Amino acid sequence: MIEVEHLIKKFGDFTAVNDLSFTVARGQVMGFLGPNGAGKSTTMKMITGFLRPSSGTARIMGMDICDNMLAAQRHFGYLPEGAPAWPDMTPRAFLQFITQIRGFDKAAARAAEARAIEMTELHGVLDQPIDTLSKGYRRRVGLAQAIVHDPDVLVMDEPTDGLDPNQKFQVRRAITDMARDKAIIISTHILEEVDAVCGAAMIIDRGQIVAEGTPSALAARSRYSGTVTLTLAHEQLPAAQKLLQNINHQSAELVTRGDESTLHIFAADGTEPGALLADMRTAISEAGLSPRALALETGRLDDVFGALTGKARPAAERFDTVSQTQAEGARS
Amino acid sequence: MMRVLTAITAREFAGYFATPLAFVFIIVFLLANGLATFYLGAYFAMGQADLTGFFMFHPWLYLFFLPAISMRLWAEERRNGSIELLLTLPIPLTAVVIGKYLAALAFSALALALTFPIWLTVNFLGNPDNGVIFASYVGSLMLAGGYLAIGSCLSALTRNQVIAFVISVVACFLFTVSGAPLVLELFDGWAPQALIETLAGFSLLTHFRAITGGVIDMRDVMFFATLIGVFLTATVIVVDMKKSEGA
Repeated sequence: MIEVEHLIKKFGDFTAVNDLSFTVARGQVMGFLGPNGAGKSTTMKMITGFLRPSSGTARIMGMDICDNMLAAQRHFGYLPEGAPAWPDMTPRAFLQFITQIRGFDKAAARAAEARAIEMTELHGVLDQPIDTLSKGYRRRVGLAQAIVHDPDVLVMDEPTDGLDPNQKFQVRRAITDMARDKAIIISTHILEEVDAVCGAAMIIDRGQIVAEGTPSALAARSRYSGTVTLTLAHEQLPAAQKLLQNINHQSAELVTRGDESTLHIFAADGTEPGALLADMRTAISEAGLSPRALALETGRLDDVFGALTGKARPAAERFDTVSQTQAEGARS
Repeated sequence: MMRVLTAITAREFAGYFATPLAFVFIIVFLLANGLATFYLGAYFAMGQADLTGFFMFHPWLYLFFLPAISMRLWAEERRNGSIELLLTLPIPLTAVVIGKYLAALAFSALALALTFPIWLTVNFLGNPDNGVIFASYVGSLMLAGGYLAIGSCLSALTRNQVIAFVISVVACFLFTVSGAPLVLELFDGWAPQALIETLAGFSLLTHFRAITGGVIDMRDVMFFATLIGVFLTATVIVVDMKKSEGA
């Protein structure tokens, strides 16, 4: 497991990581989220012993990365940002070098290499110099290097960056497969990735944790969580407005995109969002409207991410203030 | 430790031959050696069956050739990011520094060994003192070792290979000329003799000349060993310091 305690990194006057503490247990995949420059990579570099913390420390399987670096380093695999490797080497020679460094004997080394090659599907490119490989293959070579010794802990800095959707899927599946008996940290700025692979997530900004929890708990912190979303064609907007006047709700916001309008309807204080949804359903069928979608919003990670890291998307218009003429305008 | 050292040295050494650059380097080195010996050293006109005119130019040839080898040792790793991989593998930093250095030294030794035709030539033409020649080869390799250690340390300071090359040439130059007669004469007559001797004592040139004279004196060997030890230790310190700076 990974224990991070009060990790601080200062570069001159600039504090890149400001008092970070967290633990990742075996079987857990922790997603490290944050805008560029939030301190994700710096934190990973400290956990893996590439950078020395200004203060604080990290322990890998109980071994302190500052006091007992080599012992700690035996227990993790690390995919640094950009998956660096020696460009002149072939993936085969590269993996052989890693197993040699990690002290495998010949037979065990070949077996470990074969397993890593299998998991990252590198068969086709084993004897081509790494710098002639595509970005996706290079990333997988980096991944193979990180998992070749079947480590207890995996630290991966943006493992799917630059991969096409199929490759992303493969890498995520590989991570999920390995997750059962490892403690894994991945950093990403792709929010769907957190949903796809992480059991827990942390949003960091300016070197500090601004939110943590399961992806769904984080998403629930969105202000849209618990709202009812109604999507319909522009033409039906006036009818929807009329319909809303007879429904008990707090407020509504309008977002128009393409030829459709989306209404986020906030439940009145003290009422269940589910009840609001039921009311809406009845009213809509009575009014004979044909919405494209009507659903209970569970919250979206990108809203939370934006709100917490100071890059909130522009607020939607308050629907109550939308006059008839504006609704007409949206129609054309 | 040995296993790790072997792995690092082997990987690094193979890296030199991954591009045709290594072969170009060796060919140019051999050509420069030949030119220096036969034209500047007036090998045939000397009419002597020895290799003084050959080894004489080594300090000056090495001044440019060896920083070209050592410049990539660390600067290259930093530039392509592989240093992060290397330093997060469970390897003692000393092993990385020594392993990389040994690869550079082995490559230089190979280039030096490929000058053997000149040794064959001199043996064909006359009866040279092969003991002196052997000592000179040993001295030349130690000289190369000194230059490479200096270059290794300076390469660790930067991610730019050109900068690493230039500062290495300058540093090696200073460590060489401090023993050249031209420089020592500047001090002659007014500076205390002790200072002049200290200055000359720090010069690779002085110790190299002593060895090429045919005597492998322990004091000269110790000088090179100490110099190499000091600069490799400095390399370890520089690389370690960069871990705190994060540069």
